[in-house]
Amino acid sequence: MSTLEIKGLVASVAGQQILNGIDLTVRSGEVHAIMGPNGAGKSTLSAVIMGKPGYTVHAGEVLLDGVDLLTLPAWQRAQAGMHLVMQYPSEVPGVGLADMLAEAYAARGRSVEGLAASVADEAERIHFPVALLDRSLNVDLSGGEKKRNETLQLALLQPKFAILDELDSGLDIDALRDCSRRVEDATNDTGPNGGLGVIAITHYNRLLEELHPDHVHILVKGRIVESGGPELADRLEIEGYEAFAGADAAPPAAPKKPSLDDLFAL
Amino acid sequence: MSALLTHAVDPAAAERAAAMTLPSPDQEVWRYSRIAELDLASYAPAAVRTTISGADSLLVADPSLVAELVAGMTVHDVFDELNAAYQHTVAISVPAGKVLAEPIVITHHISLEDNGRALYPRLVIHGGQDSEFTVVERFESHPDVDALIVPRLVLHAAQAARVSYLGINLLGDNVWQLGHQQATGERDSTTLLATVALGGDYARVRTDARLVGQGGSTKQIALYYADGHQMHDFRTLQDHIAPRTSSDLLFKGAVQDTAKSVYTGLIRIREAAKGSVAYQTNRNLTLSEGAWAESVPNLDIRTNEVKCSHASTVGPIDDEQRFYLESRGIPPEVAERLVVLGFFDDVLSLLPVGGLRADLRTRVAAKLQRRLPKAIA
Repeated sequence: MSTLEIKGLVASVAGQQILNGIDLTVRSGEVHAIMGPNGAGKSTLSAVIMGKPGYTVHAGEVLLDGVDLLTLPAWQRAQAGMHLVMQYPSEVPGVGLADMLAEAYAARGRSVEGLAASVADEAERIHFPVALLDRSLNVDLSGGEKKRNETLQLALLQPKFAILDELDSGLDIDALRDCSRRVEDATNDTGPNGGLGVIAITHYNRLLEELHPDHVHILVKGRIVESGGPELADRLEIEGYEAFAGADAAPPAAPKKPSLDDLFAL
Repeated sequence: MSALLTHAVDPAAAERAAAMTLPSPDQEVWRYSRIAELDLASYAPAAVRTTISGADSLLVADPSLVAELVAGMTVHDVFDELNAAYQHTVAISVPAGKVLAEPIVITHHISLEDNGRALYPRLVIHGGQDSEFTVVERFESHPDVDALIVPRLVLHAAQAARVSYLGINLLGDNVWQLGHQQATGERDSTTLLATVALGGDYARVRTDARLVGQGGSTKQIALYYADGHQMHDFRTLQDHIAPRTSSDLLFKGAVQDTAKSVYTGLIRIREAAKGSVAYQTNRNLTLSEGAWAESVPNLDIRTNEVKCSHASTVGPIDDEQRFYLESRGIPPEVAERLVVLGFFDDVLSLLPVGGLRADLRTRVAAKLQRRLPKAIA
């Protein structure tokens, strides 16, 4: 059994404070959904936990079985058992899935023997076309194919905890079901590490109909304003984010992007 | 010029060369180059040691035949004249209809004995009508030798011939290379001009691909990677002279430490070359803060009804790609190796000799591993 504890996490990006004190504890096998409107800090939370460059942590800690992930570079966080399923997985031209997985295994001291067979098995399990396995990572893949690919990697790398950053975005219903079921199976794994612990970040209820959360948290303006069971998601569906204490459904005013008009001072 | 080790085969060219001044970076064609550093007088012309395999009966010995094959070659500068004067020529003529399954390999070895020498190899390749073959020219040296090599390539593809050339520069860090390649493609011919440049101190290759027969097509590709104080300098011309000709170019390079690279390319579509298609892509990775790469693409389109595009980029390893791999538990140095090898993957897969890919990937990875740590400010 493992525990992931997020304590008093305060973080900013590009000089703007986005996370204003997040507290959350996830144990092996649990599924926590974090729901929030645009701009609430959902993606920032996943980036900060995984160690994406460009984010500054001002306070708090993220403990995985007592080890503060925030003191480690991203690759060591992954080796410690943290995994991020990205909302928009990056294209890496010329690097195949098998090459990447072989290096990821080697870096963990895992044998690559039988890796190709495991990849093929997992691909079949989530209906990821075998023909796509030889493509460069995320290059020329549809939204759904990218998410299946992400889910396949999650299944093979066997982390202790995974953050699913908007797994449902860009996903058709079949892919959503395949990916959700695979994640759910991982949470029910009864191996020595216990089941996968999941933080599922989402904007919509759709994912939660497939991936059944034990806990639902509402994130607004960089704070968890309410936590509850699955019924919270149903209430949210009816009442919207406005109903929640301190909630402000309107996204924070984003800095105005320069437009073509600005170029000519129109 | 210092003491001659070899006599000019063309004394008139030697005289013309002696009367010419060295080019200067003020001339547009030598812009960004390190030509001002060259002390030509400190190098004595000498014979280059060359081995040839796979050519056998295809070698042309008769000087008058060779002269015929190089008839269309143009002389641009003092180095062309010097090559004419002191050349050591390998001429290959593949007869009409002949298809060679195995590549012809020509290797120039520069040893420590060649310290202070200038070497002028010339490679003449003629592909007869409907012939098909590949020629690999390797430039190798002792790691410590200080020498100058001024190679010339004249390649002619007759009607419907399919001729591939691959030049591989594995020279030591003190060797200068000033290369010039001229390729001509007749009607419906296909030429591939590939370069791999890993070595040299200053290594420049100019490649002129001329499409003189309608329906001809040419492709130019390059993989270059400079480290330490190396500089790689490329100048390419895709010259469409006949109608409905097509050209494609993909040059990919990396620089690290304080190394430099320059790519200058021109697509020229002449008045008569209606219906032609031309593409040009140059991408550069800068792997150290002190490294520098320049990319200068140019178009000169003199007719309508053509399709043309060019693209060029210079920049460091993409942060998103690096983070993606690191988020899977891959250490930074391995992530960078994957990204850099991945960057070169498409060029490697286009090389005409597949068997060289594994070796070249190893050399690229070794070069990355030699990268100096970031300087502490």
